[in-house]
This record gives sequence, C-alpha cells and structure tokens, in this order.
Amino acid sequence: MIEYLLCLILFSVGLYCILIKRNLIKIIIGLGIMEYAVNLFFILLGYRSGGQFPILSKDVFAQFIRPDKSGNYIFVDPIPQALILTAIVIGLAVTCLLVAIALRIYEKYGSYDIEDLNKLKG
Amino acid sequence: MLDLQILLIFMIIAAVVAVEIKDMLGSVVAVGAIGLGLSMCFLLLQAPDLAIVQLVVEILSLVILIRAVGIKNGVSAVKKRKIFSIVSVLLFIGLFIYFSTKALIELPSFGNPIMRVAERYLISGIRETGAANLVSAIILDYRAFDTLGEATVLFTAVIGVLAVIRRVGRKSK
Amino acid sequence: MIKKSEPGMTIIVKTITRYTVALILLFGIYIVLHGHLTPGGGFAGGVIVALSFVHIMLAFGKETAIKKMSEKSSGILESLGAILFVTIALLGLTAGYFFFNFITGQKPLETSFFRLFSSGIIPFCNIAICLKVGAGLFGIFLALIFFKKND
Repeated sequence: MIEYLLCLILFSVGLYCILIKRNLIKIIIGLGIMEYAVNLFFILLGYRSGGQFPILSKDVFAQFIRPDKSGNYIFVDPIPQALILTAIVIGLAVTCLLVAIALRIYEKYGSYDIEDLNKLKG
Repeated sequence: MLDLQILLIFMIIAAVVAVEIKDMLGSVVAVGAIGLGLSMCFLLLQAPDLAIVQLVVEILSLVILIRAVGIKNGVSAVKKRKIFSIVSVLLFIGLFIYFSTKALIELPSFGNPIMRVAERYLISGIRETGAANLVSAIILDYRAFDTLGEATVLFTAVIGVLAVIRRVGRKSK
Repeated sequence: MIKKSEPGMTIIVKTITRYTVALILLFGIYIVLHGHLTPGGGFAGGVIVALSFVHIMLAFGKETAIKKMSEKSSGILESLGAILFVTIALLGLTAGYFFFNFITGQKPLETSFFRLFSSGIIPFCNIAICLKVGAGLFGIFLALIFFKKND
C-alpha cells in the first residue's frame, strides 16, 4: 500500500510541474516524470511476493514437464511486463516529437517562455 | 519491501530537484537520476527485460533533451506565477491524492495479484510456442496484434518528427 | 598560422570510440538474436543499435556520421522492417489464421527447447522489429541534429 502511495506522489510531482512552470522544456520534463510514474504503477500491480522473473531455464522447466504437476516455482505476472515493454519505447518517440515542436517554437519566437507565444497566425 | 520504498523516496527527491532547480542542465541531469532509479526498481520487481529497455531509453532521451536545452542556454524563465494559482493547484493536487487513496484501497494488496489469464500463459507457454522467454512469447505469439499496433505508433511518431522539422522550399518571387 | 578547428571531440575520445562502437553494435545484435531465450528482444536490441550510431555522431561530428548511414538509407531500412513484420504476419494466413506460428505448427518439438533455432517465427519478428526501431530512432536523431535556423 505504501508503494502505491509513493508512486502516486511521484505522479503528482510531475502534474505540479506541468501546471505551474512556464519554461517549455520544464513542461516536457514534467510529462516525462508522469510517464515514469505510470509505468512503475503497472509493474507494481503485477508483482508477486517470493516470485521469480518469467524466464524458464533447464532446471526450472523440469517442474512443468509433467502436465498434472503444476510446479513449485512461483512466477510474477508476465502480462504487465509485456505491455509496458513497448510503452517505454513509445514514450521516447513522443518525447522526441515534443522536442521537435519546441525547437520550431524557439526558432520562431526566440524564447521558451509560454507567455510569449501570442501570435495566432502562422 | 524496504529497499523498494527507499528507492521510491530517492526518486521523489530527485523529481522535486528536477522541477524546482533554475539551471536547465542540472534539471536534465536530475531526470537522468530518476530514470536510473526506475531501472533499479524494475530489477527489484523481477522484470529484467524492462530494466534493459529503461536504461538505454533513458540514455537516448538525455542526449535529446540536452540538444533541446543547449549548453549555453543557462537559466529558465525568472518571473514566477501569482500566488493564487500556486495555492489553487496545490489544493487540487491535495484533493486528487485524497480521492485516489480511497480508490487504491480497493486494489488487491501489494504482492498478491489476481493472475487468471497469466496462469495459462505460464503453465503452457513453452509447450505451445517453444520460447523460453515468456515475455517474448506473449508479445510475439499470444498478443502479436498489439505489437503490430505499437510498431504503427512508432512509425507515426517518426513521420511526425520529420514532418515538423522539414523545411518546405518556396520559390522566391 | 590559422588552425582549422576539428569537428567532434578530443583525440582520446575518438581513439576509444573506434574500439568500442563495434562492440556495442555486436552486443545489440546479440540481444536481438537471443530474444526468445534471455531477457531483451527486438525493442531493447533496436535501441542499442541506434545508440551505436549516435555514439559515432557524438564523437566524430555530423559529417562523418552521415556518411555511415544517411537519412535516405535510414528511411529505407525502417520501412523494410515494417514491411517484413507485416509479411511474416500475412504468411501465417496461409497455414491458419493471421500471425499463426507456421514454422513450428501446433506442437513444437521438445528437443528444440532452449536452443537458438527454436520457437518458429519469433526470431524473425525480433529482427524485423530491431530494424524498424533502430533505423527509426536514428532517423529522428538525424533530423533533430541537422535542424538549422532559417537564414
């Protein structure tokens, strides 16, 4: 329970950064912190105490080879790991897209301050 | 798990440093510290694939953030927000944490997940696919459609970056 | 006497880079090919392969790096990876349903567990994803570095 609360506090630090700060790069950093917190929350949900990572080897496999015996090894849940694996790489691609837009804004307006972006036409 | 809680407190302190510090290069370095702490958390939670991916993705994102900030661009914006907006945001976040805590109690306690679908993947995963790494068997055999979707999203992000950066030539009058 | 400034970093970094960048590329390929036996897979290996090219660019400057892999070839490699992935999926249609594991069939042989040549289409899918992710991320990086101010 405490781990869930600490993960929630990390998420809200990122949320505070997005809402308060005026520098565009700080907003991108705040979004990155929120991404880390959400990925961590999924893996916290799938952890099983005393469990082992879900990769079989020759001595671990021997327990499963007879179908009626369920095996003495306890594994952690592999499904959240499979979902978050691709989500981490996609988070990187989205950060790159935000940085590309920020570079164009800097080229046009000369600063990263969001209060200076006041021209509506392109 | 005491070591997991200490790592989480370290990550929260590094996040507060990254948000509040005025020097932009120091803030990017603090984000790197959060990513490293997260990779160690994944190792403690028995997920070695994720630890590898998180570490290398952190390195690449640090390089790209330093390209955005630039070495010479020192300080972030100096004017602060008004005191009313800071107090109202803190009040909103306090309400958000309070109501989320009420929802988090309904989850199964930490360390005892409900594994109904995963039982079948764990028991007959290697017999049906032949792969020893069960996470690879899930993303490339049982749920390969999701991997096709992720590949499409990556493709779209790459095309998006190239479309934003590209400079369209105009004929001079 | 006017000395032309050399692009890239100092000579110590350049010498070490010549030795380590091949090892990093080889390590990335190892993680991709053993994706069905040890932790890793296509995504981790693809990012490591992209990092090896970024290492060349950081140490030697942009002109040397663009001779190794230009923007056009990184675009072609990424599309090749995506087409390969969809082709493997469609070939499964001939033997069953979409994404069917047509090399091993319904029951993989028990003597082929824990070996390098096992588990059907999974190594080929890993190679396709490594091409896509590696070339795509390096293409993004090239576009961000070569972005100049409009004169």
